[in-house]
Amino acid sequence: MTGSPQRSAECEISFNVNGHATSLQIHAMERLLDVLRHELGLTGTKEGCGEGECGSCSVLMDGLLVNSCLIPALQANGASIVTIEGLTADSSAKGLQQAFLKCGAAQCGICTPGMILAAFHLLSKKPQPSVDEIREGLAGNLCRCTGYMQIVEAVAEVARSGAAR
Amino acid sequence: MKNSNIVGASVPRLEGRDKISGQARYVDDMKLPEMLYGATVRSRIARGTVREINFGSEINWEEFVIVGPADIPGRNCIALIDDDQPCLADGVVNHPEEPLLLLAHPDRHLLAKAVEAITVEYDSLPAIFNIQESETLAQVIWGVDNTFKTYLIEKGDVDAVWERADYVVEGEYTTGAQEQLYIENNGMVAQFDAEKGVTVWGSLQCPYYIHKALMKLCGLPADKVRVVQMETGGAFGGKEEYPSMIAAHAALLAIKSGKPVKIIYDRMEDMTATTKRHPSRTRHRTAVSRSGKILGGEIEFTIDGGAYKTLSPVVLSRGAIHAGGAYYWPNVRIRAKAVATNMPPHGAFRGFGAPQSLFALERHMDRIAEAVGISALEIRRQNFLKTGQTTTTEQVVHEEIDLDKLLDRALKLSDYHAKKEKFAADNQQNGGKKGIGIAAFLHGAGFTGSGERFLGSEVGVEVRADGGVRVLVSSTEFGQGTKTVLCQIVAETLGLRYEDVEIAQPDTQEVPNSGPTVASRTVMVVGKLVQSAAIGIRETLKASGKIGDSYSAEEFRAACQAYVEKNGTFRSIAKYEQPEDVIWDEEKYRGSAYAAFAWAVYVAEVTVDPVTYSASVDDFVALQEVGKVLHPTLAKGQIIGGVVQGIGFALYEKVIWENGRMQNGQMTNYIIPTSADLRSIRVHFEELGNVHGAYGAKGIGELPMDGPAPAVVNAIADALGIPFDSVPLLPEDIFDALGDGTAREDVFSSPREPGGRENDDRIAAA
Repeated sequence: MTGSPQRSAECEISFNVNGHATSLQIHAMERLLDVLRHELGLTGTKEGCGEGECGSCSVLMDGLLVNSCLIPALQANGASIVTIEGLTADSSAKGLQQAFLKCGAAQCGICTPGMILAAFHLLSKKPQPSVDEIREGLAGNLCRCTGYMQIVEAVAEVARSGAAR
Repeated sequence: MKNSNIVGASVPRLEGRDKISGQARYVDDMKLPEMLYGATVRSRIARGTVREINFGSEINWEEFVIVGPADIPGRNCIALIDDDQPCLADGVVNHPEEPLLLLAHPDRHLLAKAVEAITVEYDSLPAIFNIQESETLAQVIWGVDNTFKTYLIEKGDVDAVWERADYVVEGEYTTGAQEQLYIENNGMVAQFDAEKGVTVWGSLQCPYYIHKALMKLCGLPADKVRVVQMETGGAFGGKEEYPSMIAAHAALLAIKSGKPVKIIYDRMEDMTATTKRHPSRTRHRTAVSRSGKILGGEIEFTIDGGAYKTLSPVVLSRGAIHAGGAYYWPNVRIRAKAVATNMPPHGAFRGFGAPQSLFALERHMDRIAEAVGISALEIRRQNFLKTGQTTTTEQVVHEEIDLDKLLDRALKLSDYHAKKEKFAADNQQNGGKKGIGIAAFLHGAGFTGSGERFLGSEVGVEVRADGGVRVLVSSTEFGQGTKTVLCQIVAETLGLRYEDVEIAQPDTQEVPNSGPTVASRTVMVVGKLVQSAAIGIRETLKASGKIGDSYSAEEFRAACQAYVEKNGTFRSIAKYEQPEDVIWDEEKYRGSAYAAFAWAVYVAEVTVDPVTYSASVDDFVALQEVGKVLHPTLAKGQIIGGVVQGIGFALYEKVIWENGRMQNGQMTNYIIPTSADLRSIRVHFEELGNVHGAYGAKGIGELPMDGPAPAVVNAIADALGIPFDSVPLLPEDIFDALGDGTAREDVFSSPREPGGRENDDRIAAA
């Protein structure tokens, strides 16, 4: 990624990613998704549509669930970002991840990181959601493989046992 | 040997840990040193010739690698059934989004601007965009009559039945294009080395299809082409044939630039340029007795293949063979035809023609029931295929299938009768209308006819130096659980723990050609071969005296290690041999079309909203017989996933075409079901067992795509009394079908006759 005039408009951002203070030079128009994947090598965050529909690029930004394809990276300056790698490293979603495995909630796996972030976010806001609340809560994350039933089941199981962690 | 009962247990998905932690590596996660990004310049018109290609002055083109047809070292085609589809259109364009030129550059932002800076001037030709325009030869764009392929299936003497028919029931049914919409867009990385040749890594289903295509395109021998599958984020048939095109493009750029090249489609490119389910039209004319027995029928099944032949003949074949469904036809004539249009080629999508022809049949069965004056259940019971009877291709059903029993169980699970009665009563009230519908059907597993014999699939099980066992297949995992189930089979066969068995990542340099991962063939066909190969390992060890009849996992490992130490490589290969009772006449299209069928009865319950006219599925019962269920959690996941795609096909997913180009190539306006759209999908299995597959397993992946659309539309017809004959059925389609305001008011407000024979009153009202 060198040499072209289009790359000259660079600027610096500082933010916290998965608990690590991070500063880097980025292209002014870069999306948060690209910075995470290309600059930081955090490829667990996936791109499905690039227009905020599918939720595969879901990350937590200051505790809010966002589509990182819709966030200009500059907007993340000073923010705290959590990706699937962060959740995995500090075991904060271990119970949820295990439930995904057990219930068959991950098939091809491409929506899975975003789906886990969305489910984690839902459970942190509302530890005991009803099935309908789970269905609504995950409706911003598309999955083409599972038909959702086993995902809802995994989240419901975690809610029942209170063992998201 | 111990029986460890691994088969039948829901062991952890083999690559599951990587998937839940974000560690699984998909093609877009790959980065190679000095890698360039590649992009495709595509045609903006449907048909014509290219007059001039202009490169805008705002771009410094010297920085770019540019590939045109002249840069192709071998043949300019994507080898598949025929070699008719060019890799890059050479002056003549036959559909929108046809690839013309390829660009590569280190900066992907600049690349997008460069694609926009290229303008192409064309001399347009008139184009055709649907089955009717193709049939009437408005323009001849393919051969002499726009026809890629026809089939004729004939059984008995259908011309003699019309005279003795009490009823002759006709109907015409259509289905629309459907986008596979895997969440991971297509992508490939290619690298070229003068010595090693071309290597591609990508999101794909069929490594050896790509291998074959690249050999021809690049003019390279087999050992100079290597195809490696990366983790693949959904496929559903959509990554069966088109990845060969993308691999070809990436390879050409890599050859010309000498650098690795990555091509990743964005969502719109993926949706507008790559394949979709074939739009179809089915015409039925059926002779029926007073009691509702089918005496015979004529079925015309036609699909729109798009601009090139690609896989259309095979899709057509499966659709034609499934057109008679799970019923006994004493006399039948099925004429099937795939026609050419100036649309991007339609291709493989889960079900492969069967969801189209079965939608038509299962709607038609309800229509026959109305004509005869019997229930939707009775018409099916009267005509269900029974063991010992023959299918439309005169294949004798040997399986001990009892469809009456399957139907009984589905009715009970869905509480069909009580609901039917309740809905009829409740629909008297103003407001939402509820309905319940069924579909009974079958799906043939594996390649059709002699297809498996021609494929001659090969698999291997090898023992590594450390005594571990590894499965070698080109079968790919893209969500279904291929790796998990094949490892289960080998572990069970060898009496090992599931954890003791590994499986190689599909890489044409490492694994034999076990055929494509399509046609619900992996567990049944490849699984059986893997089982045979594993038995080969065990028997060799036994013959060498290294193990006895029973052994522990540790003893087995030690024996393997000792064998490798003494003899070097230890690999067992199994090759497909067609069972003797599988006899197929390709000429007459007659005989054993499939080694086994899966059978199902689905029941859908819907509500149609009186204000928005949208239909939603409140409850869905999916009951099927798929032989032995090797992994209950994965099997259930296959069924639910397929059912939801089927519901999408019926109610949500509509491709809007304009001059052959998809206009809604985005997730914002091509709508697939979300978790909020689906309440309850209940999955149940019958297990009869089957001799063909490993441990009695049959194919499962495609079956659940076939039934939902007709079950759902039958339910909507039940709710509203309108005989809808087309999918997708969006709110605006329901609105339009209800005619003027008065008719709509009639359906949603006025009282109707309670109870009674299903459908009669509503048909009269319509």
